[in-house]
Amino acid sequence: MTIELKKEDILEISPTFRFQWEEMQNCYVVLYPEGMVKLSQSAGEIMKRIDGNKSIIDMIDDISTAFNGADVEKDVLKFLEVAYGNGWIRTK
Amino acid sequence: MATVGLEQNNQTKPLWLLAELTYRCPLQCPYCSNPVEMSKYKKELTTEDWFRVMQQARKMGATQLGFSGGEPLVRKDLEDLIKEARRLGFYTNLITSGVGMDEARIVAFKEAGLDHIQISFQASNEELNNYIGKSKSFQHKYEMARLVKKYEYPMVLNIVLHRKNVDQIKDILDMTVDLNADYVELASTQYYGWSRINIEQLLPTREQLKNAELVAREYQEKMKDKMKVIYVIPDYFENRPKKCMNGWGNIFLTIAPDGSALPCHAAGQLPGLEFPNVTDHNLEWIWNESPDFNKFRGTSWMKEPCKSCDEKHKDLGGCRCQAYMLTGDATNADPVCGKSEFHEELHSDVDRIGKLAGDEKFEAKPLVFRNMKNSKNFTAKKTPETV
Repeated sequence: MTIELKKEDILEISPTFRFQWEEMQNCYVVLYPEGMVKLSQSAGEIMKRIDGNKSIIDMIDDISTAFNGADVEKDVLKFLEVAYGNGWIRTK
Repeated sequence: MATVGLEQNNQTKPLWLLAELTYRCPLQCPYCSNPVEMSKYKKELTTEDWFRVMQQARKMGATQLGFSGGEPLVRKDLEDLIKEARRLGFYTNLITSGVGMDEARIVAFKEAGLDHIQISFQASNEELNNYIGKSKSFQHKYEMARLVKKYEYPMVLNIVLHRKNVDQIKDILDMTVDLNADYVELASTQYYGWSRINIEQLLPTREQLKNAELVAREYQEKMKDKMKVIYVIPDYFENRPKKCMNGWGNIFLTIAPDGSALPCHAAGQLPGLEFPNVTDHNLEWIWNESPDFNKFRGTSWMKEPCKSCDEKHKDLGGCRCQAYMLTGDATNADPVCGKSEFHEELHSDVDRIGKLAGDEKFEAKPLVFRNMKNSKNFTAKKTPETV
């Protein structure tokens, strides 16, 4: 991708992808035409916070709080770049 | 947790449910994947039958649902089926020719919760498109593809490639770029059923394929952030078989219009199958217990050269239908494999057709189009495998 994400960016799930919890797989998944990607637990924690309102900074704070103040910034940014590169998410 | 036990048992799940709603279709493509004997199937499942099938499949872990056919748009209850599928949490795919669609219906599908629309084109120019489909559909398809994007669906364009259109591959890809497709499936014809009858008229030459692959790669690179181009070379030209349907009874479940459950949409031609029907059994039994779905599951059914082959888990012996069609025995290795004793025969047939291609008299042989009249003729003669 040529455009890079900035920490102030507000993210949303792209309308051409669907993100949902799959009971039988016991994980979050991303669905697209004729395909599915299973997400790891940490990827699921990040994706479920993408709601079209929160900025990346807000998300990092939120996840850090949820996990006892852990330093999650690097991991979150790394995953968001992958998700963005795959077109699962876009900036608002 | 409940799912852990299932995974330990290595139990497979029907992740992909293909609902062939009907064999009725306004098009007559001579490579259709529907059975040649389709005229035998008169009965179609009711709306309530489909609701029940979807509910059972979803409970077993199915996530992808394809509404296919024939042409699924001829079912008047399609909107209701989509609505129920979406309520259950399926990702819903409509696999259509576009014929029978209009703007109002595209909007209604959106409201019902449809996730994705795949439209087929038979070629990139009107004359060939309409000839192959035996339908004046090109302009309409073009218009529908524009509307699919207007209403923000992800769009797949599917073009089946064969000798009569593969040289247009650049034009075809330019058309898909113009239509803003998200994904393009350049599907090489697979030679079962109708396309097997027409193989002499459809099989591309090695030269054609070489060119097609170059062009496909060029567009894959050029469009990589905008449009995903999927191109697989036809397996008749390969030396190792593909892992057909990702393995028998592994993730794919097809329900035919009459309710027969199949591990793959072409499996209806195999002898010795019982075709369990969803009106008699629940999907749980069909998937886990029925003889059909266990028949070629895994590797225990194999004989040589598959049995001792170190690649057997990679390709699972290839396609059972192809093995049956080309060798008369569905437990043989797929003849696409260089280790098959029938491999040479297959490749020499490919070369024979390749040499005749372009010859005026050879090319003049008429195509057998997919329609109920031809189906009745072939069903009565029961000859398609030997043509």
